[in-house]
Amino acid sequence: MINLEFIINTISLGSLYAMLALGLVIIYGILRLVNFAYGELIMVGGYTLYLLASFSPLPWLFIALLAVLVAMFTSLFTELVAFRPVREKSLTAMLVTSFAVSTLLQNGALLIISPRARAVVLPQIFQTSVMIAGTSVPWRNILTILTSLVMLVLLTLLLRHTVLGIALRAAADNFTMTRMLGVPANTVISAAFAISGIMAGLVSIFWISRSATVTPALGAPPLLVAFVATVIGGMRSLTGAVVGGFVYAIVISLLGVLLPPGLLEFREAFMFVFVIIILLFRPQGLISSKTSVERVG
Amino acid sequence: MLELNSIHARYGAITALRGVSINVSQGELVALLGLNGAGKSTTLGCIAGVLKPWQGDILFDGASIAGKSPEQIARLGISLVPEGRDIFSSLTVDENLRLGGYILKEKAEYHRNLDEIFELFPVLKERFQQPGGTLSGGEQQQLAIARALMSSPRLLMLDEPSLGLAPALVDQIFELIDRLHQRGVTILLVEQNVDRSLEIVDRAYLMNTGRIESQGTPQQLRTHADIEGIYMGVKGQSGK
Repeated sequence: MINLEFIINTISLGSLYAMLALGLVIIYGILRLVNFAYGELIMVGGYTLYLLASFSPLPWLFIALLAVLVAMFTSLFTELVAFRPVREKSLTAMLVTSFAVSTLLQNGALLIISPRARAVVLPQIFQTSVMIAGTSVPWRNILTILTSLVMLVLLTLLLRHTVLGIALRAAADNFTMTRMLGVPANTVISAAFAISGIMAGLVSIFWISRSATVTPALGAPPLLVAFVATVIGGMRSLTGAVVGGFVYAIVISLLGVLLPPGLLEFREAFMFVFVIIILLFRPQGLISSKTSVERVG
Repeated sequence: MLELNSIHARYGAITALRGVSINVSQGELVALLGLNGAGKSTTLGCIAGVLKPWQGDILFDGASIAGKSPEQIARLGISLVPEGRDIFSSLTVDENLRLGGYILKEKAEYHRNLDEIFELFPVLKERFQQPGGTLSGGEQQQLAIARALMSSPRLLMLDEPSLGLAPALVDQIFELIDRLHQRGVTILLVEQNVDRSLEIVDRAYLMNTGRIESQGTPQQLRTHADIEGIYMGVKGQSGK
């Protein structure tokens, strides 16, 4: 059962989940906010794909790019109008705001479009496969892996080699101190929301390439995956998000192969048992953020 | 240069400052001395914009900065080295210093400051690519001060720079503060180490329970009657 096809599919799923988790963790790292509206950014990306693919003559690559941009700007917009005004108040206020934003976006989609699922016209490449070493591998999976690789490289370059990236990492370490060095809080937070939105937009493309439909409630399952993956990997570390995404994908794929058919529908329940076991032994997640301890001397 | 007019501040229900007025002139080294809980760090927090005073005004170069954000105040040239140093432990020394110079507009100034830092703190050059968290306590304190100096601050505020350091390192830190002062850096120093502070400062304020108890030059303060209580208390504490 565990053959090349399985391995490539799992890596592809892991890549998708890693991108998902990164988008959630980049905001959590700085604001300590679990943005429950994150799933709706994916939904917004999905509807952008649906609308443009159905009603515009634009080429698909361009449509995909626009979906990412729309998700990014939606993310920035929610930060500006919803999160920024309550930021100084309390973390609870932020959390409740994220639920409100999530509900508003969902109801917006219900009202403006339809409660019913809409079919997204996908390009040919998402329905074809390629033969690798005698195994048929869907292009969709290869594209997912390549996209997440490119994103990981870009994100690493940003975080390691630009002043904005260094400021983002510093803010995740100690936000007040970062501000006391003259780094504007708004710049850092906007950057985090932009990155989160880009991740959500990219995920929406590949998430929808699997189901080929969009619904207003589309955001809930990916949000749950992202949340669980970050809990597994460690909420405060970007590496942890990637690790968590892959661990989630590997475990859920293995469960799919190993569980007897009668238990397959309880796959998620087994997944959560696994998460509970991890948390019992490593409550801070697999990767903890405080990598270094002060040396005495 | 810096003027605090009757600052009141509180944390929730607890009043931490009850009418603090101090001033620091260009080029001066001024200390804020007192016991734990006297309100020294709170005063620095108000100046740095981390805490908003609910009464009173803070003037920097004659303009009010009370209620401004930490980043706005940093851009005006006020730099705080907080108690506990707060270096970014997962960032390298290089990255810590780069953020220290975040507000600089010219690259040339950044490199000029970096050269000066290497001259003042040779160890940071050795550790340039090491994560800040792997440095020893004394090295971290040097990094914290160096990071503050990278922005070419007009006013440098140091909160308990000698805290938790070995005696030999405490000497080094006080020598360094003295040297920075000689170079013309305006410094507001918060310390519990009254003895050592009075050796190097131009003037000092003695704080107790959120108020300024007395002030003056080191000579004036040493002969002042009020000092005994606070001074002895501090001495007793630092002797532990």
